[in-house]
Amino acid sequence: MKYTTEFRDPAVAQKLLASIHQTVAGFTGTMTLMEVCGTHTMAIYQHGIRSLLPESIRLISGPGCPVCVTPVDYVDHAVALARRPGTIVATFGDMVRVPGSSSSLLQEKARGADVRVVYSPLDAVALAQKHPAQAVVFLGVGFETTAPTIAGSIIEAKRRGVNNYFVLPAHKTIPGPMAILADDPQLKVEGYLCPAHVSAIIGARAYEPLARDHRVPCVVTGFEPLDLLQGVAMLARQIVAGEARVEIQYSRIVKKEGNARARQILYEVFEPCDARWRGIGVIPGSGLGIRAAYAAFDAARQLPVKVEESKEHAGCLCGEILKGKVTPKECPLFRTACTPENPVGACMVSSEGTCAAEYKYGT
Amino acid sequence: MCLGVPMRVVSINDETAVCEIDGVRREASLMMVDGVGVGDFVLIHAGFAIERLDEEDAQETLRLFRELLDRGVVPE
Repeated sequence: MKYTTEFRDPAVAQKLLASIHQTVAGFTGTMTLMEVCGTHTMAIYQHGIRSLLPESIRLISGPGCPVCVTPVDYVDHAVALARRPGTIVATFGDMVRVPGSSSSLLQEKARGADVRVVYSPLDAVALAQKHPAQAVVFLGVGFETTAPTIAGSIIEAKRRGVNNYFVLPAHKTIPGPMAILADDPQLKVEGYLCPAHVSAIIGARAYEPLARDHRVPCVVTGFEPLDLLQGVAMLARQIVAGEARVEIQYSRIVKKEGNARARQILYEVFEPCDARWRGIGVIPGSGLGIRAAYAAFDAARQLPVKVEESKEHAGCLCGEILKGKVTPKECPLFRTACTPENPVGACMVSSEGTCAAEYKYGT
Repeated sequence: MCLGVPMRVVSINDETAVCEIDGVRREASLMMVDGVGVGDFVLIHAGFAIERLDEEDAQETLRLFRELLDRGVVPE
C-alpha cells in the first residue's frame, strides 16, 4: 500500500463521474465550486478534471497558492536580506523565481548572494549551526500546513541554542479569505473544495462558520483524482439538496478537530496579525506574526535592511485571478509577455499557480 | 506548497523517525504527532510528520470504491 496510487483508478473515476452526472441531471443553471488550495488547482489541471465534469459544474481557482498571495514588498524584503553582507537566505524552492519590484532571489543569487533552497526549515536550522558566523534567514511563507513546521524549527533552534537562525514571516491562514469570497456577489461561490493538508492542522470544524453563516457547503477533499471526483460529487449532492454542511471526503488524514498538537506548536511561536493578500488586500487577523517571546528569531526585527519602494507589475492580473474573477486566458500577458521561463506575476512562477497550471496543462 | 507524502515509519530515535516510500528514505520530526510507532503511516510535509494516516479509514474508502466497481452502485 502507498495510499496514493490506489486513489487513481480510472475505472472508479468513471463510476464517480457517472454519479456526478446523475446528481446534476435535473439541475438547471450552473453551480460554481471553488478549489481553494493551489495543490488542488495543480491536481485538477493535471488530471483534466474540469473537462470531465458536466457543463453545469464550474470549477474556479481561489487564493490558495501561498507564493501567489505573498505581496511584492515581501519579495523585496527578502531580496534586501539576500544583499545583506553575511546573510544566507534559505527558502522553499517556490520563492526563488518570484519577481520583486526590480529583482528576484534568483537574480540576486546570480549576482553572488547566498540563496539556498531547502526541503525543510530544519535544514535551515542545521545550516545556521554549520555557519555560526552568518545569519541564516528562512522565508516563512505558507498556510496552516507549513506554519507549524516553521514554528517547530524556531522551537528547535531555541532548544539547540542556535542564535543565528531567523525567520521572515509571511504566513497566512485560509478561512478569512474564504469568508470574504463567499460573500462576493460577483463570484457566487456555491461550494468549497476545502484544502486537504491545511485541514489536517485546523480541522474540518474550522469551516463550520462558512457553512452555517454564509450557507456555503464545504467538503474537505484530498489531492488524488478519486478524492477530487468524490469531493465534487459530495458538493454537488449538497447543492442539489439545498444543504450547506461541512463534510470530510479526505477522512484518512483529516479529522473534525484537526491536529491540536500542531496548532499548539504553531501558536506557541506565532500570533494572529493583519495580513495583506495580493489581489484581496488586508484581511484582519489572517496573518501570523512572531510573538514577542520569540522576537530573537524574527528577521524583520533583528536584521534591519533598507527595502526598495515596491511596485506591482503593470498589466498583471494575478490579483483578479487569485479571487477567481478572471481566468489566466483573460490576462493580456498570459503566454505572451508572461511565461514560466519569463514570469511577470506570481501565479505563473509558482508551480501551483493557476497561470502555471493553465500554461502547462490547459488546452 | 501543501504537498504531503504518506510514508511508512521504519525506525524511531527520540523525536526523529526514518520514513520510507518507494525505497526512498527520509528523516522526519515527530514533534507534531503523538503515539506513532514503527510500521505506521504518517503524512510528511517539509520534514515533519504532520498527521498519522488512518489506514483503516483508507481501506474502508477503497473497499467502497471496489464495491462501486463490482456492483455498479452509485456511491452515496
